[in-house]
Amino acid sequence: MIDESVISGLLGTALRTGADFAEVFAEDKRSTSAVLDDGRIEELSSGRDRGAGIRVVTGETTGFAHTADLSEAGLRSAAEAAAAAAAGGGGGTRVIELTRRPTTNPTPVEVQPADVPKAAKVELLRRADEAARARSRSVTQVSARYGDSRRRILVANSDGLLTSDDQVRTLFSVGVVATGDTGMQTGRQSVGHTVGFELFDRYDVDELAGRAADRATTKLGARPAPSGEMPVVIGKGGGGVLFHEACGHGLEADLVAKSASVFKGRRGEQVASPLVTLVDDGTMATEWGAFGVDDEGTPAQRNTLIEGGVLTDYMWDFLRARKEGRARSGNGRRQSYQHLPMVRMTNTYLLAGHDDPDDIIASTDRGVYVAQLGGGSVNTATGDFVFGMWEAYLIEDGEITDPIREGNLIGNGPKVLTDIDALAGDFAMGSPGTCGKDGQGVPVGDGVPTLRVARLTVGGTAA
Amino acid sequence: MGGAASPSSSSSLDLLDIGDRIVARARDGEQVEAVVGRSRHTEVRAYDGDVESLSSAESQGVGVRVVAGERQGFAYAGTLDDDVLDETLAEARDNAEFATTDPHLGLAEPDGVAVPTLDLFRPALAEFPADRKVALALELERAVRAADPRITGVEAAEFVDAMGEGCVVTSTGIRTTGRSTACYVATYCLATEGDETQTGFGFSVGREPDDLDLEVAAADAARRATRLLGATKPQSGRVTVVLDPYVTAQFLAILGGTMSGEAVQKGRSLFADRLGEDVAASGLSLVDDPTNPLAYTSSETDGEGLASRRNPLVDGGVLQRFVHNAYTARKAGTASTGSAVRGGFKTTPGVGCRALSLAPGQHDQPTLLDQVGEGVLVSSVTGLHSGVNPVSGDFSTGAEGLRISGGTLGEPLREFTMASTIQRMLKDVVAVGADVEWLPMSAAGVSLVIGDVTISGT
Repeated sequence: MIDESVISGLLGTALRTGADFAEVFAEDKRSTSAVLDDGRIEELSSGRDRGAGIRVVTGETTGFAHTADLSEAGLRSAAEAAAAAAAGGGGGTRVIELTRRPTTNPTPVEVQPADVPKAAKVELLRRADEAARARSRSVTQVSARYGDSRRRILVANSDGLLTSDDQVRTLFSVGVVATGDTGMQTGRQSVGHTVGFELFDRYDVDELAGRAADRATTKLGARPAPSGEMPVVIGKGGGGVLFHEACGHGLEADLVAKSASVFKGRRGEQVASPLVTLVDDGTMATEWGAFGVDDEGTPAQRNTLIEGGVLTDYMWDFLRARKEGRARSGNGRRQSYQHLPMVRMTNTYLLAGHDDPDDIIASTDRGVYVAQLGGGSVNTATGDFVFGMWEAYLIEDGEITDPIREGNLIGNGPKVLTDIDALAGDFAMGSPGTCGKDGQGVPVGDGVPTLRVARLTVGGTAA
Repeated sequence: MGGAASPSSSSSLDLLDIGDRIVARARDGEQVEAVVGRSRHTEVRAYDGDVESLSSAESQGVGVRVVAGERQGFAYAGTLDDDVLDETLAEARDNAEFATTDPHLGLAEPDGVAVPTLDLFRPALAEFPADRKVALALELERAVRAADPRITGVEAAEFVDAMGEGCVVTSTGIRTTGRSTACYVATYCLATEGDETQTGFGFSVGREPDDLDLEVAAADAARRATRLLGATKPQSGRVTVVLDPYVTAQFLAILGGTMSGEAVQKGRSLFADRLGEDVAASGLSLVDDPTNPLAYTSSETDGEGLASRRNPLVDGGVLQRFVHNAYTARKAGTASTGSAVRGGFKTTPGVGCRALSLAPGQHDQPTLLDQVGEGVLVSSVTGLHSGVNPVSGDFSTGAEGLRISGGTLGEPLREFTMASTIQRMLKDVVAVGADVEWLPMSAAGVSLVIGDVTISGT
């Protein structure tokens, strides 16, 4: 992307105003998406984004500039802008010697999506449309989306680091509308992995479409969701977002440092039920949040955040780790070269327990079984969070009974962690997610075994 | 390498030139649209009395749409380099080959509606020096800390500005340009009492720095955070709620989505077959008017280069119309309402409302609270993206607020949900406030009283 000699010159320019640290992040991303809706392939779209962001750190101040102009002159002017923004006292010339560090990518790509004919991608959408419509006469609308991207990044910094990564992701999603006497309902299903077109060797789009259609048609007969506090059982793979929101964000060191986390100062303390062991793992092969190096050049790592209910560590990026004089944890990520990196999750999941999932339901008198949670959000300073239920059922007398309509669940992170009273031996990763923080979206994965939270507030309309 | 636009350019002439050159390459029987855009933005963040970060950046790029043989293709590039422009047109052309034919496809065509002149670009912002931006962010942080002794932290205090310019050029005769400036200060703070922490946000938005009011931003954030201290979880039940203007704006933005011609045609709107029917309380009127200069989302033209125009959607509770872009209008046998929306040059135009507002009522919020007597003031909601389904109308969000008791505000409440359906909430509107407030989103805020909403707490 950029010549090595140009990079070391740029880092020198960026340090000229007396900065402590300078970094060049270059990115070249190509993406394809294809959309089917209303029975038609509406469009194929191709995108190309390429540019570089230059970060200069002086003391506690960061200067940042980015440019889409990768010529030496364009890069130099961005480096000067970043340096001016973080001007320190000193100055002088430093020569940066770069050492290239090889990257181990957790997922070798078998079939580059760019080598696959567009007709083959479009054909997947047609098959999904047919399969969803064939599933039930009450299916009235189907949309499907195929997306692939190849993101090549290069990171170099004034500590002499030079590294790169090549990240290929492929995604497929289906949305279905079903119509009945009670109005319309929707169902969705998506799969996404950090792999190439071989994604479709692992997943059958007909089956994905069928699952989305089933979700929508099931809800046609749904009762209004109950309201108030009750036990909530979450199915395997269906609720990783609970931990992403309830505690994941609160374990990000940048929020902790600003006292904007209820988990500040609690390392070594029992913060969750002893059943809970929570891991964030960027090395998890093929998962949506996996990569070789993060967007600051740190290799992906597997980090245990909570072990047996005890808070073991937060997640770290360059700035926060430097301030604490400790190692980074491979959680410095950014949406694109146009953004500053910050602490972000990768693939966050709860390790399996020992209970039988059927026993968990059978021992619940009255409550809600959530097969699939939707998106959520959290206020990390108070721990209060919400998330939606995309597919949920009532539990009555220890049995799963009627489906219920969509609604939010609301709870408080630290409280929910201690209220987990059953954890099954099954486990599955969930759907691919995009985590938003400070206006930046990055791909993340999550996973859970079947589990029960003793008390959560269900936000429906029924008494 | 040639062709790369100069960052210091002060007019959109070079963008138009790029658009013209792309469109000139349209072949026989082919329509070509080029959307060319460039923006500059600065972001200053203050933390603990220091500059935490200062970012400055320029972005530019082009989106190319090709319609040929009743098929459409699209491609974009985040650069204006000559070599990439050719590649982008070629990709869009190639992509069209794989789409399904549709006789209604086609670009917008000039419709004779005069483009309004709006004062959206202020040179004062371009001339505002970087050190003054830094000073504003630092001053905001100080003001928040000084607002109340219970403010124990300011997680974010920032100044952000943006200048954008762009053009739409088509082989069907559209050739429009637009440019605008915007800036804001925003803060997010923590208030602590005992071992309890609550948070609040505040902001002030304008088209130039003189529009910004730091004191308002600071006071709002401090008030929102401190008034929630001591909040408890309410009992579940059915109540009358008063939505704060900021919450109403979020509700209206969701409602606007159900009135898109695209949602209607694809069987995804709960109002699809209800034109001319009573869909809301009789006192409710909703208009989408991106020509209103008070709206921060106003613009002279829409995403396809057609003139912006005022569209009444609901009048006296009766559904009047849906909004359309060129494609959905052609399919519906009507004219575009100038409602093509696009997220910059990276997407094809969708359909959507751009500057919604409710016709204001007679009373300010204190009077409405007095009339309500007993209920809940909802000051913020969360989880709109996860708990609201605009197709089925199911509505359930996390909420925070204050008890309304004896017609005045009482104790703070948190960790509860409010639930109903979009259809019922519109019918259950009891009153609209007089306090219309324009916000940096696609809908204006106003106090809104809604009866019979279920809240879930303990």
